[in-house]
Amino acid sequence: MSVTAARLENSNPLIFHRAAERLITTEEQDEHLPDPIDDREIFDLIRSINDPEHPLSLEELNVVEQVRVNVNDQESTVSVEFTPTIPHCSMATLIGLSIKVKLLRSLPDRFKIDVHITPGTHASEDAVNKQLADKERVAAALENSQLLEVVNQCLSNRTL
Amino acid sequence: MAAESARLPGLVEEFVAGEVDSKAADVTEGVKAGNFTILELVEALGLSLTSSQPQTRGRGVQLLSQVLQECYSGLSEKEVEVLIAFYENRLKDHYAITPHVLRGLKALVKSTALPPGSAVSILKSLFQDIHVQSLMVAQRSCVYNMLISLMESREGELKGLGPDFVYGFVQAVDGERDPRNLLLAFQIARNIIHRGYDLSQFTEELFEVMSCYFPIDFTPPPNNPHGIAEEDLILALRAVLTGTPRFAEFLLPLIIEKLDSDVQNAKVDSLQTLAACGPVYGHRELADFLPGLWSSIRREVFQTASERVESAGLAALTSLSACLSRSVLTSDSEDPLQVFLELVLKDCKHHLCEPDLKLVWPSAKLLQAACGASYRSSLLITATVLPALLDEYSSRAQCAQRRTLLEVLHGFVQPTPSSLSAEGEESVLLPFQKSLCSAVFSALSESSAGLQITAIKVLITLGEQPGLLSESEVETAVDHLTKLILEEDDAQVSLAVAECAGSLSRLHPSSFTSRLIPRLKDEIFSEPMVLRDDSAPSKTRQRCVSALASVSTLPGLVQETAPVLLQVLSSAQRGSNSFSLEEVTSVCHSLQRIANRAQGAEEIGKFFHDVIIPQLLGLALQAALQSQRSSDLSSALTQETVLSALVPVISSVCAALQTDLAAQTAAQFVSLFLDGETSFLPENTYPSQIQLLKSEFESWSQSQLVCLLMACVCSFPHNHINSELYQVEIPEIDRLLGQLEDLSCTSTHPFSYTSAAKCFAGLINKRAAGQALDAALEKTLKRIRETLDCESSAQRVQAFTLLVWVAKALLLRYHPLSTALSDKIFSLLRDPELGSRAADSLSLLMSDSSDVLNRSCHADVRIMYRQRFFTENSDKLVQGFNSAEQEKKSVYLKALSHIVNNLPRQVQLTELPPLLPLLLEALLCPDDAVQLSVLSCLQPVLQDPPPALSSQLEALFSRLLSLTSSSAMNVRIAALRCIHALSRLPEHTVLPFRARVLRVLASPLDDKKRLVRKEAVSARGEWFLLGSPGGR
Repeated sequence: MSVTAARLENSNPLIFHRAAERLITTEEQDEHLPDPIDDREIFDLIRSINDPEHPLSLEELNVVEQVRVNVNDQESTVSVEFTPTIPHCSMATLIGLSIKVKLLRSLPDRFKIDVHITPGTHASEDAVNKQLADKERVAAALENSQLLEVVNQCLSNRTL
Repeated sequence: MAAESARLPGLVEEFVAGEVDSKAADVTEGVKAGNFTILELVEALGLSLTSSQPQTRGRGVQLLSQVLQECYSGLSEKEVEVLIAFYENRLKDHYAITPHVLRGLKALVKSTALPPGSAVSILKSLFQDIHVQSLMVAQRSCVYNMLISLMESREGELKGLGPDFVYGFVQAVDGERDPRNLLLAFQIARNIIHRGYDLSQFTEELFEVMSCYFPIDFTPPPNNPHGIAEEDLILALRAVLTGTPRFAEFLLPLIIEKLDSDVQNAKVDSLQTLAACGPVYGHRELADFLPGLWSSIRREVFQTASERVESAGLAALTSLSACLSRSVLTSDSEDPLQVFLELVLKDCKHHLCEPDLKLVWPSAKLLQAACGASYRSSLLITATVLPALLDEYSSRAQCAQRRTLLEVLHGFVQPTPSSLSAEGEESVLLPFQKSLCSAVFSALSESSAGLQITAIKVLITLGEQPGLLSESEVETAVDHLTKLILEEDDAQVSLAVAECAGSLSRLHPSSFTSRLIPRLKDEIFSEPMVLRDDSAPSKTRQRCVSALASVSTLPGLVQETAPVLLQVLSSAQRGSNSFSLEEVTSVCHSLQRIANRAQGAEEIGKFFHDVIIPQLLGLALQAALQSQRSSDLSSALTQETVLSALVPVISSVCAALQTDLAAQTAAQFVSLFLDGETSFLPENTYPSQIQLLKSEFESWSQSQLVCLLMACVCSFPHNHINSELYQVEIPEIDRLLGQLEDLSCTSTHPFSYTSAAKCFAGLINKRAAGQALDAALEKTLKRIRETLDCESSAQRVQAFTLLVWVAKALLLRYHPLSTALSDKIFSLLRDPELGSRAADSLSLLMSDSSDVLNRSCHADVRIMYRQRFFTENSDKLVQGFNSAEQEKKSVYLKALSHIVNNLPRQVQLTELPPLLPLLLEALLCPDDAVQLSVLSCLQPVLQDPPPALSSQLEALFSRLLSLTSSSAMNVRIAALRCIHALSRLPEHTVLPFRARVLRVLASPLDDKKRLVRKEAVSARGEWFLLGSPGGR
């Protein structure tokens, strides 16, 4: 964990309980019925992303919530709002980037993916949203191997 | 003799001047054989030992040392004395000679004739004349080994040297870098500390020279030629550093310093070393450092992301608290334990009152670690923490917060082995018993499942500690459990309730017989009042039925519960339609769970034998007779699912019966099935002409009862009486086998003929080898062959079923006939009618069957029969595959995949490589079942792939990737899992496929099935991480 060498910005954050695993229904086991992509499915993609500084998931820190995920399978759009734990959190861009990258890697490319900060929860909300919405800046960020390393760490299953 | 000793000067000359190394061995042989003495050798060496050429002197000493190495044991004390004087003197000689001198000395110190005083003199010269660290690795090792031998044999003399010995050792070892030598040096240091050598003023020097290696950071060279792991060095050094309280003043500051390190291993090592100090130190050694140590431990546990660091930190805290708990209290000084724990409480307690925040967990763990150290520390901690937690609990209203608090509380009510109250001490929880119970009961009546589950866990823990639940509290608890069983349909909660009911019923059976069981019985037999939604009442009933099994932990309880279950079956049999098939099946499952307990409790077995089994059999028989009389009145007990569920009830009871009861049961069953003897059944109203093993189709409801016969006669245990293997005798076995054979060959009812075949096979498997068995087998096999060979016969399927089961019975016991039978099965792979069945039957042969021919019904199962079958038959299969026509090939692949799939993992790894091409071929086979079977045997292999795989990667990837668009969802899922597993292969082998995999996996991300998308997402995620920074 290269980022935690310094003292944590927020050493005692609020912790939330994890939702239970999604139960497998009989419809899902039926060969022939199609299952549309729904909010819960998108939430399951992003809830286990690791926080860059705590050994906790974004769900446990309540950075992402299922109610703040909206998907429309027909129109191929996904919108995710995330809430930094403190208004001055310097990790906000990084967290947003991790969510965006996770969705880019996990969703079919017909989807238009919009990731932004829950309105009113961060000091530099507009700047961060703008960065995350800019395709070229996201692509450029992923060219930077240090940034990519941190993002990959957030997306990997922790093995410590 | 004389001739022999005359050879000596020649040999010496050849070794010294001629540099022929092999002559040393000849000399050694000579000395060992008694042809010449050491004295003669020294005389012969004479000139070379005193030569002015260091080279020559070196060879001379080398020869002498080499001989001594082998022959030191035969030396007299006088000889040793002279040799030692000589060698000590040579230590001052030319550096080139030193290695040989050290070898010689090393041999001499091992001699039992070592004269008194020589140990001291050797060491003095050694320390004085030799600078150990400028020697080579092997010579340094020589010196350490000498010290170790002398410490073993001359401890008294070495101690006489006083601190000089320690000083000499410190000088010698200072700067050592070789791991092999370090292990020796650590051993010497440990001996110095543990065997009471005088350290005096050199304590700090010894510590310094050892502690400079702490924490150890060692990576063995490739292939680790010396077999030394980092862990060996760590443990050896830790034993030195923590060996004596006299190091405390140096070690503790060092630990605090190293805990600041950024290297995780250093932190873990430091914490573990601290934990190792606990048992050795007293509170005086720790006193000055406690605040520093505590703040380091706290920081690590609060901040770490690593479970290793956390658990090492907690263990260190436990160890420190345990150490302080041992201190003897005096009236005038304060209690060091109390002082320390106050420090811990001050930093942690307030976090417990913030159940939403992250630090509540590490704080709770720290306090629990301290609490579990001793009875005294648990007394001190619980006295402060429990009231605070209980207060907080009652002041919070949110379920999530209450759950966290209760979860934390649970950690404190769980005693550890060291915090258990001793004789005469009362439980530390006693003062809080009332408020703990009321907190638990209030949580049980909340609606949150998570909170209920946590409360149930606490209740179990409280129940397990004697004296913590009063009679009335047990009753309240039982009422709560009853209510949950009746009303709560969350699966997780039901599981927890079942566990709790099981645990409490063992200790407080009376509350269960008087309250819970009657209440559940009422519920089961109450007519469903209104059909709110059609599944609800049925689910409640099933929960009640399963709860009855959970509380049947003692014979007394079984006598209450089992009759209730039986009553359900009997009313189902009478045809009152209020019980669904599903409910009846779940009653059978509950009876089975109770029957399983007969294994450890004779009384339960006897109760089943006396009461339950005759009644069960009676009910099944009545149902069968009834349905034959009027086909529209068919009761649940004639259904195949219900009968199959009754099989394990009877078989697990029979498997646990004592010899005499077993024989009685066997006789009853056999006479019922052969002769229609019903006198042992209750309500004896059966007709006298019952013939259960007859195969007319109309009587299938009777003939299928053969499955119950199988459950009984195939399950009896072998008993060892006077070291003789005693088997329960099955009466009239030949007549029985004959009728079973008839039934299985002629019945047209699949369940009947399969059960009869299984019963036949189960008896054959256990029957003692000999003529009787061979004759029975010959007769049956002849019949099977004739039927199979007659292609027009209507009974080929029946004959084939019997063949497969008999083959399995014989394969398991390594019977010589089993090869012929499996060959017959293999030849049937070409059969147009039976080919596909034959392929599937291999899965049956290779896997454990659940109701017969397995270890729990005491079948004769030899170890490794699967490997044996595989080795004997895999070639036949491959040949068959190669020679088969194109459209028949898939049958062979299916057969192969069944066999490979059931092999133990270790065998798969070794056997798979030659079969890989064939299995890859099988992936192209259009049959879904074959694809699935191959994929499921590939997936575990890919976790740890055999080297042979690397040459097949290209083919493997293209087959797997194309299967991700298969039409069968299970195939797509299995293929994606294999692709996921492939991402863990060594990076250089799979990196070339990365771009292709990512491209192809983009389409299953849009699969119509969610389960497929889920696998695609996780596989693609892993492949993105492969070869990417921060990934893998």
